[in-house]
Amino acid sequence: MVRTIALLIGAGFVFVLGIALFGTVSTAISDPAPETAEHEFHLHPKDAHLPSAGLVGKFDRQQLQRGLKVYQEVCAACHSLKFVSFRDFEQLGYSEGQVKALAQAWPIEQPSVNPDTGEAATRKNIPSDRVPSPYPNEVAARAANNNALPPDLSLMTKARHDGANYVASLLTGYQNQPAELLRKFPDAKTPTGLHYNPYFANLNIAMPPPLTSDGQVTYDDGTQPTKQQMANDVAAFLTWTAEPNLESRHGAGLATVIFLAIFVFLTIGAYRNVWRGVKH
Amino acid sequence: MSFPWAKHYEPKQPLMRWMDEKLPLPRLVYNAVGAGYPVPRNLNYFWNFGVLAGVALVCQIVTGIVLAMHYGANALVAFGSVEHIMRDVNGGWFLRYAHANGASMFLAVVYIHIGRGLYYGSYKAPREMVWLLGVVIFLLMMATAFMGYVLPWGQMSFWGAQVITGFFSAIPLVGEPIRILLLGGYAPDNAALNRFFSLHYLLPFVIAGVIILHIWALHIPGSNNPTGVDVKGEQDTVPFHPYYTAKDGVGVAVFFLIFAALIFFSPNLLGHPDNYIEANPLSTPAHIVPEWYFLPFYAILKSFTADFILTGKLWGVLAMFGSILLLFFLPWLDSSPVRSANYRPTYRWFLVVLLVDVLILGYIGGAEASARNVIIGQIATAYYFAHFLIILPLVSRTERPRPLPNSITEAVLAKHGGTSPAQTALAH
Repeated sequence: MVRTIALLIGAGFVFVLGIALFGTVSTAISDPAPETAEHEFHLHPKDAHLPSAGLVGKFDRQQLQRGLKVYQEVCAACHSLKFVSFRDFEQLGYSEGQVKALAQAWPIEQPSVNPDTGEAATRKNIPSDRVPSPYPNEVAARAANNNALPPDLSLMTKARHDGANYVASLLTGYQNQPAELLRKFPDAKTPTGLHYNPYFANLNIAMPPPLTSDGQVTYDDGTQPTKQQMANDVAAFLTWTAEPNLESRHGAGLATVIFLAIFVFLTIGAYRNVWRGVKH
Repeated sequence: MSFPWAKHYEPKQPLMRWMDEKLPLPRLVYNAVGAGYPVPRNLNYFWNFGVLAGVALVCQIVTGIVLAMHYGANALVAFGSVEHIMRDVNGGWFLRYAHANGASMFLAVVYIHIGRGLYYGSYKAPREMVWLLGVVIFLLMMATAFMGYVLPWGQMSFWGAQVITGFFSAIPLVGEPIRILLLGGYAPDNAALNRFFSLHYLLPFVIAGVIILHIWALHIPGSNNPTGVDVKGEQDTVPFHPYYTAKDGVGVAVFFLIFAALIFFSPNLLGHPDNYIEANPLSTPAHIVPEWYFLPFYAILKSFTADFILTGKLWGVLAMFGSILLLFFLPWLDSSPVRSANYRPTYRWFLVVLLVDVLILGYIGGAEASARNVIIGQIATAYYFAHFLIILPLVSRTERPRPLPNSITEAVLAKHGGTSPAQTALAH
């Protein structure tokens, strides 16, 4: 009885799938899906060779400090960093005093309340504050950016596939639309107000090229601020903002894996010992 | 249950004797996973995965309870509270990565456990109840994993909840009211997040309860073994402790080694980048995909692209639930008296095809819905149902099994070629 019903149900599912399959195949032949510009011209990120990559990667403190400077002078004009506090910058190698000064001098102030009148006000940042957003709210952000919303960057390198390399590639990937693309897909011309970038998912990004010339940021440690260098540095910095515990994670991981590998051998030894003389 | 030759618990210390009289808990443990449980001597490493699933559940409960101390189950703060755990809570990143990857480890272990049961016929008489309870545990795990994935309130959390609760709206007439009842609103929001958190906290303990029934039911006939032949006498078994506690020890150590490598070196490998973007009801991700362990079922859902009497969507939902519910009938679909596929020359190859088929379904579930992928998915889905509902019942009737060994011990000795330990020692 069970088997007869099963046979009928099974035949039913297979039959319906047969109809669906026929539909898929005939559509694929009569009306094949058109090629798209995104499909053909989208590029996967180039490897930026960041020191944090790999199983036991570490941060380069100098690079993180340079990356912070790029963020501060270029990205921070539009992008927030809402999960990062000023005190976290001590992890980049700054002293408590330096962080305090950095927070004090940060151009955007922290929203606050006037203690005398209760009215909305702003005050200077202190180390325990989160990095303030350049816009008071989403409407203001969109109004200032041609209706595009600059995303928060705290988690950017984890919120995109191959994130760190993606950030570095995207920042250096701006170019004119290839003639071949326009020839094949005349409708895919980049709309005005957007910018062609093959590393962006749909090829046209609202963000104007942020890194426009070498030397845009002056580095304190003598590194040449080429566009590629600035892009890599800010990608490294955003890897840190997304995963500030990366180094301790890698360190703990190495110790744990070595410990457990030894433990595996011990358990194998115990197993052999217990089973000695028992055929199985 | 027990075999007559099972060792008896005899406490020697006065304190343990006193305990045994008042509350015989040590006796229960002794008979369940101690020397009082005789187990076939020929179990291979696939028999580790039941214990490993238990270990994984304990890891999930421990990390989950601590995470719940820091997490905020409110749509306004949930995403930020997860980042608070990652950045400000001591060892919070470890707890969260252990919990997220622990779910993957748990499901992976359980899939191998189910596969072991399929191959060695552990679902057959007299162990049907063990299998049925196992399918119940699997369903509870799927519900728990789904609701847990919603809690970080990222984009995939939100849209996953939207898609999965949307299945219910495929049911005619009552579908939409059911969906609204489940979500507590018209779309996933604070009400949904709160009830998912509550149930996500509850269900693991329900799972633990059903696991107790699962083990209880197992201990009545005793464990199956790779030959599928019943235990005939004392020479066929060894006490669970120390023999299988030692063997499980190896499995547990390897489990933690792989688990640690995932947590520490590639914690986001199995997750989706979009879940690091906060939930936004106004922005739909380009590809909504579930976690890897649901991909085969997602592929089945997507394969029903044509309407026939019912809408394609309803067929998909029925098939997706049916693909798991049919497991409840497996003990009666397979009429072959031979348990182990080692002795079933035809069925064995269909099982290998099924394994490849499920892997293909997993790939298709996560791939873009191009015509080629949809076609592959439809063929693979058809095989999945045909395997369980058509091929298995027919093969189990017509197949001529290979001769079974007379006993477990005979099979063990045959494997060792009858050589004595002395000769083996000389050969080295």
